[in-house]
Amino acid sequence: MARKLLLEHINVPGINTFDVYRQNGGYRSVEKALKTMSPDAIVEEVKTSGLRGRGGAGFPTGMKWSFLAKPEGKERYLVCNADESEPGTFKDRYLMTYIPHLLIEGMIVSSFALGAKTSYIYVRGEMMPQIRILERAIAEAKNAGFLGKNILGSGYDLELYVQPGGGAYICGEETALIESLEGKRGNPRIKPPFPAISGVWACPTVVNNVETIAAVVPIINDGGEEYAKIGIGRSTGTKLISASGNLNKPGVYEIDLGVPVEEFLYSDEYCGGIANGKRLKAVVAGGSSVPILPANLILKTVNNEARLMSYESLSDGGFQSGSMLGSGGLIAFDEDQCIVRNTWNFARFYHHESCGQCSPCREGTGWMEKVLHRLEYGHGKMSDIDLLVDVAKKIEGNTICPLGDAAAWPVASAIRHFRDEFEWHVTNPKEAMERNYGLAKYADPLPKLEEVSQ
Amino acid sequence: MLSVTEHKDINFSSDLVKQFDDIVTRYPEGKQKAGLLPILHLVQAEYGWVSPEAMDKVAAYLNIQPIEVYEVATFYTMFFLRPQGKFVLEVCRTGPCCLVGAEKIMTHIEKSLGVKEGEVTSDGKFSWRGVECLAACGMAPVLQIGPEYTFYEKLTEQSVDQLIEDLKNKI
Amino acid sequence: MSEKVKVTIDGITVDVEPGTSILNAARQIGGDIVPPAMCYYSKLEGSGGKCRTCLVKVSKGSEKDPRPMPKLVASCRTGVMDGMEVQNITSPEVIEARKGVVEILLINHPLDCPVCDQAGECHLQDLSYEHGVANTRYEFERRTFDRIDIGDKIQLHMTRCILCYRCVYVADQLTDSRQHGILGRGDASEISTYIEKAIDNDFSGNVIDVCPVGALTDRTFRFKNRVWFSKPVDAHRHCPTCKGKVTLWYKGEEVLRVTGRKDEFGEVEDFICNTCRFETKNTKDWVIEGPRQISHKSVISSNHYEMVPLPVIKQNPALMEANKIEFDRASKI
Repeated sequence: MARKLLLEHINVPGINTFDVYRQNGGYRSVEKALKTMSPDAIVEEVKTSGLRGRGGAGFPTGMKWSFLAKPEGKERYLVCNADESEPGTFKDRYLMTYIPHLLIEGMIVSSFALGAKTSYIYVRGEMMPQIRILERAIAEAKNAGFLGKNILGSGYDLELYVQPGGGAYICGEETALIESLEGKRGNPRIKPPFPAISGVWACPTVVNNVETIAAVVPIINDGGEEYAKIGIGRSTGTKLISASGNLNKPGVYEIDLGVPVEEFLYSDEYCGGIANGKRLKAVVAGGSSVPILPANLILKTVNNEARLMSYESLSDGGFQSGSMLGSGGLIAFDEDQCIVRNTWNFARFYHHESCGQCSPCREGTGWMEKVLHRLEYGHGKMSDIDLLVDVAKKIEGNTICPLGDAAAWPVASAIRHFRDEFEWHVTNPKEAMERNYGLAKYADPLPKLEEVSQ
Repeated sequence: MLSVTEHKDINFSSDLVKQFDDIVTRYPEGKQKAGLLPILHLVQAEYGWVSPEAMDKVAAYLNIQPIEVYEVATFYTMFFLRPQGKFVLEVCRTGPCCLVGAEKIMTHIEKSLGVKEGEVTSDGKFSWRGVECLAACGMAPVLQIGPEYTFYEKLTEQSVDQLIEDLKNKI
Repeated sequence: MSEKVKVTIDGITVDVEPGTSILNAARQIGGDIVPPAMCYYSKLEGSGGKCRTCLVKVSKGSEKDPRPMPKLVASCRTGVMDGMEVQNITSPEVIEARKGVVEILLINHPLDCPVCDQAGECHLQDLSYEHGVANTRYEFERRTFDRIDIGDKIQLHMTRCILCYRCVYVADQLTDSRQHGILGRGDASEISTYIEKAIDNDFSGNVIDVCPVGALTDRTFRFKNRVWFSKPVDAHRHCPTCKGKVTLWYKGEEVLRVTGRKDEFGEVEDFICNTCRFETKNTKDWVIEGPRQISHKSVISSNHYEMVPLPVIKQNPALMEANKIEFDRASKI
């Protein structure tokens, strides 16, 4: 079994309390960072680790930190993005519920590295129990001298607050989150300027995902170089994968990046195979926004190599035959699931969550939802399928924030890989209301690529 | 647009205002508007919904225009702009939950409570609605009940019946 | 003054102040290469970026960093860099994307131009005529709202709104307290006051001028006349509240309405107060400056009966006849 970095002590009873967490080596990184390291050295260490943003975009964290502007006389802020709402992703909830002090510890070290004196954890409003857990954990840490004035006698002051959201997926986008934190509607800002220059209250701001912040703790404890040894290629370290859908053992798993998808889905250490002895039909690998892949393409790349759980391997083949690691929200579909229905469901989600600020997303998401609803309920036309592809293309890349892309990709990819099933809904509308299309050829071994003579 | 026929004057209790005071200290001087979302959550927990009168009062407290509060309250889906049942069952209706039967659970709730989505039962105790992903897909299907947003996971028709029964007996 | 930067748009180079947006650089060049703008308004700070009609392709980032930008960018909110090269009407990608945006803006628009007061000076009308397609592929019910009177002077017909946010910026930047705003989310967003309330302050009438479509209209002008049948005349008066420079719209001797003076991009030169707009509708209130020059492309300029028959045609009976037929047809439309 691979070594766990984040969830090592998850099964220790009472690990959610300060005392037990501390006894198990907690807050060591704060002592090390504040007493022996300079802020720049911490940023360097994170750069060395190769840590990439765990919220979905996968941008190198050390680089993001080094972009932070440091003008004299202006506050800087670190905001933790705990607005976890991507369908299929629930790792941050898990982490905050069971091991909240890991996040607090990471926040202290990261805030010190960035020179932030006030930091916020923006938690989605629906996670009220987690907000209470974090507030208690903050009080405990403050009581023990890890927060507040002159932490551990280092002269560094930090206040940490939890801010609740109000129920809006879009606030997971960093500039929308900043707007929301300021008490406004969660409309994403137009970039530039980037938050690193002008974020919360026009001050330089870094926004990082919960898991990213938590990963700073093992990086400081063991060193960036040690962290970079785990994983494969540019996908370094461990990653929390939220596994859901038709699996025997859905849940949150910490994996070394680079584990084969097949092993992750079928081994008893992880998901334990497909529930009820059924066969796998499709997988969404990184949260609802990333392209859906049929069973054969998720297990193997087009070159017939095993697909691995890493940023590079999952995106192998681009959007033609690949997907993305995203936020690590893996959703498995068994042979009895209807791809059209699921695509409609996701389209409804994006329609519901579009902020309505820019026109392609505001109007286009609703249009796609309506067309997909028609297809699913047996009133579709053959031309609807191409219409969907076209509308998705009109939205993709033309919006202020990535929600437009996130709404377009699931629709475009479902049609790309499951066109037969969409067409069957048009040609057999009555049958489609009564039964599902089934597995068809979606799990067949991939055809051998033809050799090209040089 | 909302037509308000009767204007009910409300006054926040001193205990509630004390909590507001605590919230606005979290932000820098002059940025008290940032307290809007946490304050609206407190108001909803107190009254069960956010009425126009309550929003006007919040605006006065934060020293902002009432429209700024309306804009925010209507943007976020967690805030109820109409009175609800005492217990609002919010069932996740997004992809992963539907793969394991969320739609069946919703139909079952509709049948057991005898009211449609968004409506309140005649005794004023329950209402229900489908909500988008609650980020608990591994424990699907799930539902939550405010104001503390207690979580109920791996729902079955039996467990939902039991839950409704338990809530009925709660005062 | 800082040094000017060089930017090339569709092959035409212009020197502009640093910090100028691509759109404003294009406006300095003028002509067909100016991207359309539905939400950007140069006199309203923070406006723009939302409608996505002004998307352009940056094929060269700058002299220093010549890499092209990966996506199309909103020209109204993207600053120019020295040596930047931009493609607008020379890029098929831009034309295609713009066509998509127009189609999407229209799917929930009622297309009720025949009964809309804005017809003839509507930016959405111009936009769809120039960049759209004749047919729609949208087959669902369109979003509708009830008409609301915001006070006795302004009517809000949300069904026509494209959510450009301009009127919100006007209220924020010209008046002491904003009373209307954007409520709701996604395609259920609406401009509203939430609780029925009159918008009442000296500059509220400017929301009518900045509205690119017929969502906010002048109740004192409602259904009085088509804009192309009225004659615009520039005039001014001494006004204690605003600069008092306006355009009067005449029909015969009667002033039907008063608006700000709009330039070729549909933006007013100066915002005017409600007294000038609604209360002073007599010629004697004003000092007349002369006829307002309106672009020959605008439908407002199309009613010049005295131009027919044209002088050159007077000598040729065949052409005279043809011209007459053409005129009959045009006047019928």
